[in-house]
Amino acid sequence: MTPLLEFRNVTKIYSKGLLSRATTVALDDVSLRIEDDQPTIMTVAGESGSGKTTLAMLLLGFISPTHGQILYKGKDIAKLQGEERLAFRREVQAVFQDPFAVFNPFYTVDHLLSVPIEKFKLARSKREARDKMEEALNAVGLRPEDVLGRFPHQLSGGQRQRINVARALLLKPRLLVADEPVSMVDASLRATILESLRRMNREYGVSIIYITHDLTTAYHVANSIIVLYRGSVMEAGDIDCVIRDPQHPYTKLLIDSIPWPDVNRRWGQTEIKAREQDHGSVETGCKFASRCPFVMEACRKAPPPLYQVAAQQAAACYLYEKQPVLAREQLSQVLPV
Amino acid sequence: MTPTKPVLRVIDLQVSYYTEAGRALALDRVSLELYPGEKLGMVGESGCGKSTMALAMMRMIKPPGRIEGGQVFIDDVDLMTLPEAKMRKARLSLISYIPQGAMNSLNPVLRIEAQMRDAIKEHLPTMRDAEVQARIYEALESVELRREVARMYPHELSGGMKQRVCIAIGILLGPKVIIADEPTSALDVVTQRQVMETLDRVQKQLGAAMILIGHDMGLMAQFVDKVAVMYAGKFTEISPVRDIFTNPLHPYARALIESLPTLNNKGVFKGIPGLAPSLINRPSGCAFHPRCSEAMEICRTVTPALIEQRDGRRVACHLYDQPIRRADEPAIVASR
Repeated sequence: MTPLLEFRNVTKIYSKGLLSRATTVALDDVSLRIEDDQPTIMTVAGESGSGKTTLAMLLLGFISPTHGQILYKGKDIAKLQGEERLAFRREVQAVFQDPFAVFNPFYTVDHLLSVPIEKFKLARSKREARDKMEEALNAVGLRPEDVLGRFPHQLSGGQRQRINVARALLLKPRLLVADEPVSMVDASLRATILESLRRMNREYGVSIIYITHDLTTAYHVANSIIVLYRGSVMEAGDIDCVIRDPQHPYTKLLIDSIPWPDVNRRWGQTEIKAREQDHGSVETGCKFASRCPFVMEACRKAPPPLYQVAAQQAAACYLYEKQPVLAREQLSQVLPV
Repeated sequence: MTPTKPVLRVIDLQVSYYTEAGRALALDRVSLELYPGEKLGMVGESGCGKSTMALAMMRMIKPPGRIEGGQVFIDDVDLMTLPEAKMRKARLSLISYIPQGAMNSLNPVLRIEAQMRDAIKEHLPTMRDAEVQARIYEALESVELRREVARMYPHELSGGMKQRVCIAIGILLGPKVIIADEPTSALDVVTQRQVMETLDRVQKQLGAAMILIGHDMGLMAQFVDKVAVMYAGKFTEISPVRDIFTNPLHPYARALIESLPTLNNKGVFKGIPGLAPSLINRPSGCAFHPRCSEAMEICRTVTPALIEQRDGRRVACHLYDQPIRRADEPAIVASR
């Protein structure tokens, strides 16, 4: 069966300036697939500069890969035309980080929600359009009478972000890209927004790519996780396995640094090596080698392949070189749905 | 270390913002005490008055905001009565404030050392250059930055390094009280931990009292000794960190704790229903009553006072008005 979405050895390289040769590899040979018939929530996690937003931009077709291909239902998204392109635009939706920046302050919520209905001809009458808007708002836990007719500045950050989710939902997408959807809203509202994402997945069969640096919320909503570090996959697998028993030293450091709201679970004691000033130098080995407490000779020579450390977990680290190698193209095999 | 005298005493501090829509009471006669070396976390939803309180303590409230009353003592000095010139000196030397997104407050066209020298010269104009330089290096080293950073411009530093420069400026003159307003909200988890560890170490070295403002309860659990929960410009509960997480008393504090994702409650954590109240049209009585699952008749009419409980915790809630237990009962209020 053709997957809904497929990354085939996607690499994205940004070059700086007109003349200089300095380049940054934002995403380095990533392959993954999301099946059409099994809606899932996949987390892409990493620090700033890990390439997670580049991945979102590629996926939405805002930028194109330097190497490799991104296929949507078997077709290269760079080559989509006409009807197919329109379908892709409708079926792949996004929710971005900043709920304050994405609204046009001059338009009411009604306008924001009715534009996509008109553009994609989702309703035959005003009445039907109104019903659809109300249904979408109800689905994210907002009362239509509270928000319809209002301007963005009259709404809280949490309400705005839920309207974004409602707008995406309205289009009955197949895939939603949520790039840090809760990092700018109050902790007390995060739960509500994440719950609407989960319902979208469960009740409407939408697959979600949840991009975040916050592993606590990722743990709560996602089925699987891919951990990126400077463009490369460090670890991937079942979310419970990876969060509860991380194998890669980088993932360990990340999870050790989460401030859990639990007085009995203290912050880790592992020493953090400062991030090296990178001057765009060409690195031959593992990208994490300079900060890794377990660094070995081999780490500096060549980047490690992915080793399958458990049925649903793989880590790109020479500590596990006794385990079977998992080809990059096979990454999705360890990701549960 | 058992200091007997609080270094910081805030008494009935009140701040309002006068807007076109009316007067917003952002801080409603709040009081607070802090001992040397103590770390207090101040939490609450956006707009509850956390940052207003910090700014009021620094006397940095700008119109249309106005400090309408109250006292802020650092030892025996009441900051609210100081003439402006003296207040300028007090900032950084008695009380320092590390603002939210501080790393964006560095001047982009000045070297780090120039910005630090400005701060020192303002307070100690007679200090010799060599001494000033030594003080700068010392401050940078205490936040684990190399001396070379002094010669750099802000754009040459990473976010975490800039944030540490701001901490270095905050401690340059050895203040007695440090207020850090969401010092790590823009940073990654690993960098966040580094910055918080730095902050913790310099605070211990100075023996200063510290107020950490934020809404990340996880950070509070890892970092502070006491937590003050603010709602609509008032404290609802002030308790030791362990108590707040294991046995929150105020229904709002409890809802806040229950809204947190932890390793043990996968898929069951929930948000707080309703919206944060408007500060212009505050609900009558207890401001939390429209969202409270345990609201009683009295909550609609009478504002509860912040009452000290037998175990030293303070709660502003009518559930705890009367002694809820007899003297022979265990000191835990979990019977509901």
